Amino acid sequence: MSAVAMTVNGKAVTGDVDPRTLLVQYLREHLRLTGTHVGCDTSQCGACVVHVNGKAVKSCTVFAWQVEGANVLTIEGLAEPNGPLHPMQEAFREHHGLQCGYCTPGMIMTAVDMVNRKGNDLDDPTIRHELEGNLCRCTGYHNIVKAIAAGAKAMGKGHG
Amino acid sequence: MSATGIGAAVRRKEDQRFITGKGHYTDDVNRPGQSHAYFLRSPHARARIKAIDSKAAAAMPGVLAVLTGAELAADKVGGLICGWMIKSKDGSPMKAAPHPAIAHGTANYVGDAVAVIIAETLAQAKDAAEKVKVDYELLPPAADPAKAQTGPQIHEVAPRNTIYQWHLGDPKAVEAAFKAAKHVTKLDLVNNRLAPNAIEPRAAIGEYDAGTDSLTLWNTTQNPHVARLVISAFVGIAPEHKLRVIAPDVGGGFGSKIFIYPEEVVCLWASRRIGRPVKWVSERSEAFLTDAHGRDHVTHAELALDADGKVMALKVKTIANLGAYMSTFSSSVPTYLYGTLLSGQYEIPAIYCEVDAVYTNTVPVDAYRGAGRPEATFVVERLMEVAARELDVDPADLRKKNFIKKFPHQTPVIMNYDAGDYHASLKKAMELADYAGFGRRKRESARNGKLRGVGFSTYIEACGIAPSQAVGSLGCGVGLWESAEVRVNPTGSVEILTGCHQHGQGHETTFAQVISDRLGIPIENVSVVHGDTDKVQFGMGTYGSRSGAVGISAIVKALDKVESKAKKVAAHMLEVAEGDIVFKDGKFTVAGTDKSAAWGDVALNAYIAHKFVGAELEPGLKEGAFYDPTNFTFPAGCHICEVEVDRETGESEIVAWTAVDDFGTVVNPMIVEGQVHGGIAQGVGQALLEGVVYDQDGQLVTGSFMDYCMPRAQNLPVLKVDMTTTKAPSNPLGIKGCGEAGAIAAPVAVINAITNAIGTEDLAMPATAQTVWQALQKSNNGQKAA
Repeated sequence: MSAVAMTVNGKAVTGDVDPRTLLVQYLREHLRLTGTHVGCDTSQCGACVVHVNGKAVKSCTVFAWQVEGANVLTIEGLAEPNGPLHPMQEAFREHHGLQCGYCTPGMIMTAVDMVNRKGNDLDDPTIRHELEGNLCRCTGYHNIVKAIAAGAKAMGKGHG
Repeated sequence: MSATGIGAAVRRKEDQRFITGKGHYTDDVNRPGQSHAYFLRSPHARARIKAIDSKAAAAMPGVLAVLTGAELAADKVGGLICGWMIKSKDGSPMKAAPHPAIAHGTANYVGDAVAVIIAETLAQAKDAAEKVKVDYELLPPAADPAKAQTGPQIHEVAPRNTIYQWHLGDPKAVEAAFKAAKHVTKLDLVNNRLAPNAIEPRAAIGEYDAGTDSLTLWNTTQNPHVARLVISAFVGIAPEHKLRVIAPDVGGGFGSKIFIYPEEVVCLWASRRIGRPVKWVSERSEAFLTDAHGRDHVTHAELALDADGKVMALKVKTIANLGAYMSTFSSSVPTYLYGTLLSGQYEIPAIYCEVDAVYTNTVPVDAYRGAGRPEATFVVERLMEVAARELDVDPADLRKKNFIKKFPHQTPVIMNYDAGDYHASLKKAMELADYAGFGRRKRESARNGKLRGVGFSTYIEACGIAPSQAVGSLGCGVGLWESAEVRVNPTGSVEILTGCHQHGQGHETTFAQVISDRLGIPIENVSVVHGDTDKVQFGMGTYGSRSGAVGISAIVKALDKVESKAKKVAAHMLEVAEGDIVFKDGKFTVAGTDKSAAWGDVALNAYIAHKFVGAELEPGLKEGAFYDPTNFTFPAGCHICEVEVDRETGESEIVAWTAVDDFGTVVNPMIVEGQVHGGIAQGVGQALLEGVVYDQDGQLVTGSFMDYCMPRAQNLPVLKVDMTTTKAPSNPLGIKGCGEAGAIAAPVAVINAITNAIGTEDLAMPATAQTVWQALQKSNNGQKAA
């Protein structure tokens, strides 16, 4: 077993885990943060995307011990506690950017990271290119692309 | 139209939990004392299991049990069944082979479970699985459906690996028409095999409660009641009243979660054996190996036309691959969901369809979004497009000439189309796609070194499956009605209990809209309860675009009863005759007066029962209904795809997509458009990217997202989606259904567009860059077309 310590959604957490425990397993099974999902075993689908030290990471692809001391943000921590939704969450709802909801947390975390890197004015080809690592089987991406463009703009207006 | 009533693009109620990470999927459920199951699977397509030595595995740390087909048989656990009896043309019943949940004797596909290891942790179960020694005797497999009938026989019950030889239509009339025909178009088509790939993998938790001798199954299923019925009545693990099935949030289904799978049976059985809850979650590679696949048809089809371009007859011969065992509804897909749709949108006087269903050493094949109807549409719409090209007429004109114009229309293949306007959807689509400007765009593309093509798909589907008596006469083992219960609370809020199940469709919103529309209460005051056999009495689940046409119709029927009872209560409150009460906009009014009672007051009075005598009127306000459809519904429409093909690389890019669909009444246009988008993406995936490949040894070559190409955002264009409307006459709101249309319409529109661009008809799906490039080289038409 190996000891891990990190900050998750602003809270310091520690645990004692089997060294082969993936970050996503640590989040889901030890911290019971089940909003982060597992959709594949080859790092293709992106349902498990979280932010580690401000960058999007597929949490199925790193061991928990690899992010020792890091600042991890999951879908549960995106909006302020008891505050309004994050503008990207709101945009997904407003533009019907989700159906079954399973890929959604990863999509939203990827989208926020996209805005952090690319700014608030995202055009259709950019968004589609940036979604390379996130699979959705329900929406045909049409409304996800619309939601991300709108969410990016809203984040620029100081709501994010 | 009210802000939250029928027809309003209401934002979804269920989204709050999904966008905040508070969804509750099966893998999010953990039970006290839970153990973990890992399945050891056959690495061979066909092998006799000579011996299994599990001693070393059983002694590994944390291992609670290692169970095999022998224990399953000893406990007399029944096999899985196929619930739709298809008879061959000679009248003999289909050859259903035994399907044990864990292989016993022979493993019949790569991925067939041979043992299950249950341990304290999943890691321990996986470690122990490596210590299980299975002595296999390899047997020659039959992996290719086209050669299955001459390959090694897989099951004793099925000589020539043939499950049935089914037919439909009038062969004599068809032959006579072909003799008299002026032109015959012939095509050999393969409808490629697909992996459904809902992003949530399957999962199951079985929990035995010794105190009540009952079992609970948490399961990623589209139809919890059907799962309970099959597991109790056929597998025999527990009587129906001692088995509860809960389908919490389910992350996409597309058909693949309709079926009753071995793993859920094993989790229940093992839980009773070890006295602990048993959890299994599929990995994606396991999903590729074990989720029922879709499509997989090999077809020869011929279309006979007269001198005027009118279709005289159609004949179709198909080999349908059903895999190693018959999955729950597999037999119906290439028969009554396929042959019955071969008339398309056209007046075709004579049709004859023959289907041989075969076993192969591959994972079972069953319904996948569209189920039979995409395959039928592919045949009909390829033939129409190619016939138009051969006759050198505009493909839109050939379609118009042959469209059915009068309704009801009896086709020669069972279906009675009750309403539609195929000209309207074609016309609107052509306008929106600027079909008239295609020649100019083609010349522009040519100037950029690109080949441009346009393809039509004027599809039809049969949804809302279907009148129970009708499907019963065709061999279906269940009725396909739906149930609903409307519970009005004393404060006027409402719970709807439905036998439908949502896994992305947004029922929690649309069903609430129907209530809001009828009762005049906000959708916030309505809850939709589904997916739990302890809460909902019975229901058939969600598939076949049935939740609107059948599920909502049941709700409407229950609402009729609620309104009728509420009027009686209001009559007592207002001291008038029941016939004098008018209910409108959430208010009960005495006709011709200003005396009224609000919805909430009437609900409260129904429960406090102070204003009427219990002997005359029962207290309470709760009504249930079972709705059995009187016909299928027939959504139809026109999709137009425009592509640009790079002559040098063979790469195809979809540059424009126009969809005009007729779904009848639309409850929530935002949700319906979303369904169309998703269906198109799956259809485009089939046409351009996706294809399950088994090699000749029956090894799955496309076993992960690394090898099986899923559509990504970049593969899809901006979609132009619009509608025309003719209401379905067979149900109270006129709903036809929208869930499968995109997946049905799209593949053939893409292939018609690419073949138009490259100037050759011989093009396999998926039309990858390599496939298109090869087609261009073979035909040498790449040069000519440019």
